[in-house]
Amino acid sequence: MNDTYDLRIGESHIEVHKFHGGTILLSVLVATILQSFLPVYISKAAVLDLPLLITIYFGLSRRNPSTGLLLGTVIGLLQDSLSKTPLGLFGIAKTVIGFLASSIGARLDTEHPLARFALTAAFFVLHQGIVVLIQKLLLAQPQPWFTMRLLVACLVNSVLGVFLYFLLDRCRKS
Amino acid sequence: MVALPSRHRSLFLLLGVVLLQVLLLAVQIKRDSQGRLIRVWTVSAVSPVERSGAWGIGKVRDAWRHYFALSDAARENEELRRENGQLKLEVMQLQSKSAEADRLAALLNFKQKQAKVPMVVARVIGSSADANSAVIYLDQGQRDGIRRNMGVITPEGVVGKVIESFRDTAEVLLVTDRDSGVGAMIADTRIQSPVGGTGEPQLNMKYVGNDDEVAVGSRVVTSGMDRIFPKDLPVGTITQVKPGGQYKQIRVRPSANLEKLEEVIVLLTTDPVVLKQEAPGPAGDRSSAAAPTAPTAAATNAKPTDKRP
Repeated sequence: MNDTYDLRIGESHIEVHKFHGGTILLSVLVATILQSFLPVYISKAAVLDLPLLITIYFGLSRRNPSTGLLLGTVIGLLQDSLSKTPLGLFGIAKTVIGFLASSIGARLDTEHPLARFALTAAFFVLHQGIVVLIQKLLLAQPQPWFTMRLLVACLVNSVLGVFLYFLLDRCRKS
Repeated sequence: MVALPSRHRSLFLLLGVVLLQVLLLAVQIKRDSQGRLIRVWTVSAVSPVERSGAWGIGKVRDAWRHYFALSDAARENEELRRENGQLKLEVMQLQSKSAEADRLAALLNFKQKQAKVPMVVARVIGSSADANSAVIYLDQGQRDGIRRNMGVITPEGVVGKVIESFRDTAEVLLVTDRDSGVGAMIADTRIQSPVGGTGEPQLNMKYVGNDDEVAVGSRVVTSGMDRIFPKDLPVGTITQVKPGGQYKQIRVRPSANLEKLEEVIVLLTTDPVVLKQEAPGPAGDRSSAAAPTAPTAAATNAKPTDKRP
């Protein structure tokens, strides 16, 4: 089996990347654990959403919507399990992000850092929007749609995402 | 099984996974007032169906009851109508018995107060077949001591006199008969004059001079001069006074309700008797006169007292 293959959409040819065995699983576990571990020692790290970045990256790379949304579901439920939020809050949000990232990744070249930055920022905002919407509608916990903290977190995660994606690119099968 | 297009497969998968997680959330979330969200949603989803079903069933049941199951209603209606008729009849009977009890109580009361006067209570069993004569028949006669010319009264006033006594029946000529007459006087002025029947419901006071002052509403009582009725027994109330050729034309409404006589008292003596007077009621008020509850303290003297001014 080839490490990469072409996904033909219209006139463009977009590569679908494969990863070394255990890369996805390990990335998910590390991101999830760090997400719950780091803020204990570094309070500023609470603005990070490493599981979201992992979801976005593998969604954009795998470029298969079904795989992307299922991966987002697993990551989101893991994050829910390690937090006090009810199961499904982040699960739903990351399911949608995984699906969208995979769908967009199948249509656009997302290898450029700027594209990755922009997409990460957009997915971060959308993710927060979905979380706030669920909190409003289902949990009856009204949350603000936009805060300065959210903007900072969006920028920080987008920048971090660019570097993180670069590291994860190393795990691709060449 | 229908195969989904591959481009839509992931979309359906997304919807399915999201829906499952929403349900997962709903199972966990507990609203303080309404319980778990899944219950709220379930109830919200089911209750409109239940409400619609209940509404539909109610309509069908109402339609059945009101339009199709009328055979029972008709039978029930008939039974209720019959029962209503029976109840009306019972009410009428009870009202009649109540009225009879009242009348008998009044008679008994009167008789007890006049214990020294021999009298008997008799029931009216018939009236004259002749429309021009005011006659009634009683259920007691000679065997009960009733004789001719005995006075017949009620607690309200004079009724008439016995004109014939048979073995078990007596014939009574009412004061309203043309041939009837009672020795009477006006209670307040003590003007004496016989009162006679005219063949009509009202009586006629015959011989009161035009110079005598007579007021409408004055009570007329027996004078005792006819030796049939005791003195000061109510006869009636003056309702009309007109000047006549030599005497006034005075109309008197009888105190006793002669049109609805059912029980009467026959005075079992033709000798002058003295009755304890009843408390006078308002002039012309039969109902008041029919309530002999407060006897006056003194018996009236049999001798006529002229109190003419």
